Amino acid sequence: MHKDGQKKEAILRNSGFQTILASLLCIIIGLLIGYIVLLIINPGGAGKAIVAIIKNFLYYPSSAAAMKYFGTTLVKASALLMCSLSVLFAYKVGLFNIGAAGQYVVGAGACLYFSLNLGMPWYVCLIAGVMMAALAGGISGALKAYFNVNEVISCIMLNWIGLYCVNMLLSQVKEQSTPYTKSLTSTNKSALLPSLGLSKLFSDNEFVTIGVILAVAMAAIVWVVLEKTKFGYELKATGMNKQAAKYCGMREKRNLILTMMISGGLAGFGAGIFYLTGIEQWMVQQTSVPAMGFNGIAAAFLGGLHPIGTIFSSYFIQHITSGGTYVDKTMYCTQISDLISAFIIYLCGFVLFFRIWLNRLLDKRDEKQASKERKGGEA
Amino acid sequence: MLLLIQYTLIFASVLVLVALGGCFSEHSGVINIGLEGIMVMGALGGALMMKYLPAGLPAFAVILLVILASVLVGMIFSLLLGVAAIQFKADQTLVGTALNLLGPAAAVVLVRAINTAESVDNVSSTVAYGQAKKSFILNIGKFEFNWFMLVAFALLVAAYIVLYKTKFGLRLCACGEHPQAADSVGINVYKMRYAGVLISGGLGGLGGLVYITAGVSEWKFENGVAGFGFLALAVMIFGQWKPVNIGLAALLFGLFRALSNVYTGFDALVALKLPSTLYNMLPYIISLVVLVFVSKKSRAPKAEGIPYDKGQR
Repeated sequence: MHKDGQKKEAILRNSGFQTILASLLCIIIGLLIGYIVLLIINPGGAGKAIVAIIKNFLYYPSSAAAMKYFGTTLVKASALLMCSLSVLFAYKVGLFNIGAAGQYVVGAGACLYFSLNLGMPWYVCLIAGVMMAALAGGISGALKAYFNVNEVISCIMLNWIGLYCVNMLLSQVKEQSTPYTKSLTSTNKSALLPSLGLSKLFSDNEFVTIGVILAVAMAAIVWVVLEKTKFGYELKATGMNKQAAKYCGMREKRNLILTMMISGGLAGFGAGIFYLTGIEQWMVQQTSVPAMGFNGIAAAFLGGLHPIGTIFSSYFIQHITSGGTYVDKTMYCTQISDLISAFIIYLCGFVLFFRIWLNRLLDKRDEKQASKERKGGEA
Repeated sequence: MLLLIQYTLIFASVLVLVALGGCFSEHSGVINIGLEGIMVMGALGGALMMKYLPAGLPAFAVILLVILASVLVGMIFSLLLGVAAIQFKADQTLVGTALNLLGPAAAVVLVRAINTAESVDNVSSTVAYGQAKKSFILNIGKFEFNWFMLVAFALLVAAYIVLYKTKFGLRLCACGEHPQAADSVGINVYKMRYAGVLISGGLGGLGGLVYITAGVSEWKFENGVAGFGFLALAVMIFGQWKPVNIGLAALLFGLFRALSNVYTGFDALVALKLPSTLYNMLPYIISLVVLVFVSKKSRAPKAEGIPYDKGQR
């Protein structure tokens, strides 16, 4: 009995377990708030709507159709995973990369331009997307390193500049009659990512490609780089204390810029593996930055700022975002899932407090137990 | 030319209001990145008020009620930041970002719910307020004078007086510079920071209202406020957290924003044959360039962004 108690406490004190517990709490409270909002809008269908959001592709009765939409969710989730890795990488080095959204846009622009206008094969397009996005990230990094410009504000400005530039660039490769870019399938088949038979697994969903696997592999690589290499250690040291890092002989300015470049590159990679499947065409009259990068912030924090955790959290965020399209549209709108994920990010702000509170609670219990035992011994 | 001045003044009013909001919050020690979301919520409050006001009210009452609605909604929404950042010591950048996502999402959900309830086929996120908006405008010849320009100017003067000439303002600044020292002379740091965040919420909400009523008579909430909250932060930094400088900075930024609306009226600019997208980008590019020059010797409040912990030395 006593031993069991100790074991339980050891688990409760484990920081990994605490992170998972906190994230699950965020999800539950977030969904609950979403449910309450639905209830307020229209009490009649709220239960059904929240179930639809959670079920997402399971909404389809036939398993083949469900599998197909599962594939689509996976493709979107892999792009989201890359964005959240981008946010995570910068955050680990003490930078808040709110520009993942803009870097994603720049990556998408470069990929689509290289494939549609220059007719390049997919790997060239992907590399181009990563390079351009890295450049966009690098600008913020350089501004921070050399001019002390707050990276959050410079990133936001670059988000808008990037969006307008990409719209201008892609206007050259748009279809005559619509505001969308030409489709990859009809213009340049070689730019489509190879599927390697993966699409067969998902009821011939042609959008499921090696991109999904590459994204998961990237998560593992990011983890290794950050935790197991000297390079990652140096970056993290720079983030914790710039002066100390400089004193130790690290080149702190170079590290800052490099971090933002890698972070941008990751976001650009996400755009590549999304747009090079041909799943969506770019709308050149877009007036707002795609939500992918901002959702990446949600996923990164929900995943406990751990690369492996973000795999699951990215999937979850995308799952409910896609699920939002299945709510009864005569009563509710699809943005309800955006609202839920925004609430989840907000709740993530409380995670630190939650952990301190939990540890304090455990300490108190320990003390009580210790004093009780002492008393027992005296008597 | 008159049109350019008119647009410059109205956009500058927006920027002044929101930047002053950021200024109060940061002087109390809380970074408010969530101004963008607060603007959207304030705009929503004002727009709904305009929509539901009975017709035939005197103009003065309309203005007062609408301002009150947007200020109140902005304040309530900013409480989310206050509670998380002050009470629970949350990461202020993270919570601010959450507010930025929360504001537009909540506004769209709410407006769509209202529109769908009115008629099932209406799934747009647009609120129209053409009638009520007329009360804000006074035509002086060809110049459309907007009462909000006066309100913004008055608040700018008020902000200067409050920050530098009153006990409250000086205490607020102390909390942003050295909260421990402020606490040691009996100032309640938590209360001051709440005050700072609430003021910024009210001003941000009002700024959002002015933004959506500048020029148009209906607003599609899916568009949010196009990064104006962040432009205002750039204005605040350019103004070095000082009200007077913020006012001047806002005029400059307002001018560049106005250019994208009215550049077609200038033959010299049209002759340059620049794509219109470039004018849309201009405010953002200018603010980046400006930030490069002013960020090096920044006069930011020293303790901003750091949650106040009583036990810390």
